[in-house]
Amino acid sequence: MTDSILLPVVSLRVIAPAAVLAVTGFVLMLLDLLPPRQRREHMAFVGLAGVAAALVATVLLWGSEESGFQGMVVLDNFTLFLTLVIGYATGLVLLLSIDYLQRLGMETGEFYILVLFAATGMVVMAGANDLIVVFLGLETMSLALYVLAGIFRTRIEAGEASMKYFLLGAFASGFFLYGIALIYGATGSTNFNKIGAAVAAGAARDPLLLIGFGLLLVGFGFKISAVPFHMWTADVYEGAPTSVTAFIATGSKAAAFAALVRVLLTAMRPVQGEWAWLFWGLAVLSMTLGNVVAIAQQNLKRMLAYSSIAHVGYMLIGIVAGGSLGNGGVLFYLLVYTFTTAGAFGVILLLERGGEEAVRLGDTAGLAVRHPLAALALSVFLLSLVGIPPTAGFVGKFYLFGAAVRSGYIWLAVIGVLNSAVAAYYYLRVIVSMYMREPEGTPTVLAPSFAGALALVVALWGVIQLGIMPAPIFDLAQSAVLPLLR
Amino acid sequence: MRAVLSAVTFLPVVGAALIFVLPRRWEGLVKVTALATSLVTFAVSVPLFTRFDASLSAYQFVEQRAWMPTLGVSYHLGVDGISLLLVLLTTFLMPLVLLSSWHSIERRWKEFAITMLLLETGMLGVFVALDLFLFYVFWEAMLIPMYLIIGIWGGPNRVYAAVKFILYTLSGSLLMLVAILALYFLHGAATGAYTFDLPVLVRYVLPAGRAQNLMFLAFALAFAIKVPMWPFHTWLPDAHTEAPTPGSVILAGVLLKMGTYGFLRFCLPLFPQATMTFAPWMFALAVIGIIYGAWVSTVQADMKKLVAYSSVSHLGFVVLGLFTLNPQGMVGAIIQMVNHGLSTGALFLIVGMLYERRHTRLIADYGGLWSVVPALSAIFLIVTLSSIGLPGLNGFVGEFLILVGAFQVHRPAAVLATTGIIFAAVYLLWMYQRVIFGEVTHEENRRLPDLSLREWVILVPVLVFIVWIGVYPVAFTGKTEASVQALITQVQTKAAASAAMVAR
Repeated sequence: MTDSILLPVVSLRVIAPAAVLAVTGFVLMLLDLLPPRQRREHMAFVGLAGVAAALVATVLLWGSEESGFQGMVVLDNFTLFLTLVIGYATGLVLLLSIDYLQRLGMETGEFYILVLFAATGMVVMAGANDLIVVFLGLETMSLALYVLAGIFRTRIEAGEASMKYFLLGAFASGFFLYGIALIYGATGSTNFNKIGAAVAAGAARDPLLLIGFGLLLVGFGFKISAVPFHMWTADVYEGAPTSVTAFIATGSKAAAFAALVRVLLTAMRPVQGEWAWLFWGLAVLSMTLGNVVAIAQQNLKRMLAYSSIAHVGYMLIGIVAGGSLGNGGVLFYLLVYTFTTAGAFGVILLLERGGEEAVRLGDTAGLAVRHPLAALALSVFLLSLVGIPPTAGFVGKFYLFGAAVRSGYIWLAVIGVLNSAVAAYYYLRVIVSMYMREPEGTPTVLAPSFAGALALVVALWGVIQLGIMPAPIFDLAQSAVLPLLR
Repeated sequence: MRAVLSAVTFLPVVGAALIFVLPRRWEGLVKVTALATSLVTFAVSVPLFTRFDASLSAYQFVEQRAWMPTLGVSYHLGVDGISLLLVLLTTFLMPLVLLSSWHSIERRWKEFAITMLLLETGMLGVFVALDLFLFYVFWEAMLIPMYLIIGIWGGPNRVYAAVKFILYTLSGSLLMLVAILALYFLHGAATGAYTFDLPVLVRYVLPAGRAQNLMFLAFALAFAIKVPMWPFHTWLPDAHTEAPTPGSVILAGVLLKMGTYGFLRFCLPLFPQATMTFAPWMFALAVIGIIYGAWVSTVQADMKKLVAYSSVSHLGFVVLGLFTLNPQGMVGAIIQMVNHGLSTGALFLIVGMLYERRHTRLIADYGGLWSVVPALSAIFLIVTLSSIGLPGLNGFVGEFLILVGAFQVHRPAAVLATTGIIFAAVYLLWMYQRVIFGEVTHEENRRLPDLSLREWVILVPVLVFIVWIGVYPVAFTGKTEASVQALITQVQTKAAASAAMVAR
């Protein structure tokens, strides 16, 4: 270790997309100082340009395999694929936010700045190959999201959401950090590969290491909101501004899944047999509890919150199944889920009346008559969440269940399938309400702006395209996990 | 003739897209476009029948293109003697159904037309897909339009019926998905070729045993719910009663056939050993369904419910026929699928016409209609007799062949099933008598108008086929025989092979 006192070589290429996002965030901070004070639209467009640049960088870097910062950050197709997912999520959230914030009179520059910084943290997590870097990305993302969740200061629910998210998130971070410390104590390293080597060499029997891994998984479980670490989900989803909810549901989950999959496949692969059953249980619990509780929800945001817990369960099936099919399935599903969920929240956000966040099931009654296109869009997103072909949700589930069957987890696939049937009930209830019930009360007026409409069109396009022609993207997802499986 | 199956399958989508861009207020044009689309689809499908080579058992008009090559999914279409008639039944019924909706669907015609046309594509896709993935996509995609038709245009209790319909059928088919995946990976592991292609998978011999049995049961559950076989039938009366007339006609005419078709196309050739194992059970369920459906029909006060329960009984015959695994029974089952589509479809159409006139479906609200609407009554009589199975009409041919097949296999079951025909005569003729004969019991019924020109146009083509199949069935059964014979041979040789594999 002669180079231990040398400063790490900074390889900008390795962190290019994250760097672009971070720089955009700083540019936005400067822009925020400039007039006009009341209209902040231009900041969203600069943010979008930054996201677009990050996506372009991602595409240009596709296929490269290198690591930087002494192996702490890795640039491979896995990083890049998740960067794409996070980039799409960020872009959709920015597009959806513009007129939403204007409508609610909450347009502030810091909103866009925080979105960009959260995205930076997410991308850092996607490329992290070291527990410290995971933690760095996690906190960058989380702190920004805590603030975003409560950015509508005047609303009580916003305060509750932000507080709950922050307190429980801080707990989770504490667990995570403690886990890192224990793992470091047991193996002498925080680098995934070195931990993996130590585990393979026999450290797996060290109770310190096992407790460390356990604590790490608690932290991850919280971020992806897997049962039993899901307690915060519904309240935060309900209280946060809807476009932020969409971001928490898609981007932060993609980032946490990225880090989780990489930890599992590099640091913990030697003990795969031990953790597979653990995730088997988490998957079953998340699917079942998420779906069953979602049935009882009358508020659409809460319903989607519980449904997102169920979808985490489906994705955990892919992790249990493993291999390029299972893990590739997780990546593909994350992309599908991003389009679908951002789209669904996007329509719900259109339905919200000024300042009031509660979109109840009854509010959608007769929507098909009042606004057929919005109803059609929401129907497509919901059908994708159910998993009805030819939408992307079907293909996503098909891959995940297929991976489970292939790896011999037939019962897990059967449980997943039965859960899908349960889920159909509450998703279809919304469609029933939109198409089969008479409108009640004062009808909401929908006037999506160009940006909002664009976001929905992009999401719809994603859902249909990935449903009818999934092969190219799925091949990308599968090739993206190959570097981790070697 | 290249891509003719794609054309037939996707023409309705093209029509739906056209209607989507039409303004809502041009309702007349919407209706005409929908009807024209369905007529063109029918016209394009007719050459399938005329140019079909009945001497071949192989798939014809085959199209195959790569779709998801890394997974072994391809866009593979084709018809053989088993699916040919069902494709034509679908394209034939659709224009009639749209015509019957002309006035009975009173609101949101534009959405209705789009939904019906998408439904047609889904149903046709199910019958022509030769790739399990593609088949499953159509199978599931078709649920949504039917769900919307029941739920939006149905009766007072429509939402309950629609949700029940979709949850039942969805839970059945999702287990089938697991079985499809299991088959895919078993075949892949055994042969190294990962594919969803049906003709390839059919050649693969599974060893007899638990895996084959479970996969058979998963497929069979999906199909049994769709048929619907007793005791999985409870969604059907609700769906039928609440659905609007066009929905009921499509449901009875085509959708239920997807279940029996599924048995023929997938369960039998893919899991022959399990088919042999479970055939007695299927026989038992079929016979229970025949008798149960008939008994329950007898006591119905609502004509639509009566016809709905009679479907449970009639489809019991079809299941009975196809698990005889002999040529008579299976050819009979296929022709009976068509017959049921025509006869029961026509019964629903007539009940719908009566409903349009009087806004009631209760038998007790009618009586003595012959003197008021003689033409309608006469056609009603012919259709009723065809549903009972009167010789010379279509129903007789199918039921006769099925019973001939069943007697060779299991005499007591065949005897019990025969009582179903007697019960059918009881409940149908009793209903007919109470509705049509006697004195006019309700004053409102005295001034009912007889068939309009539009209604003649709807009913006459059905009558033509009812008589044609009854008098000269060979025109239709002849198309299926080669395929059925090939299927039976395949089932027997494969069953023997898989039994041998476990014996080793």
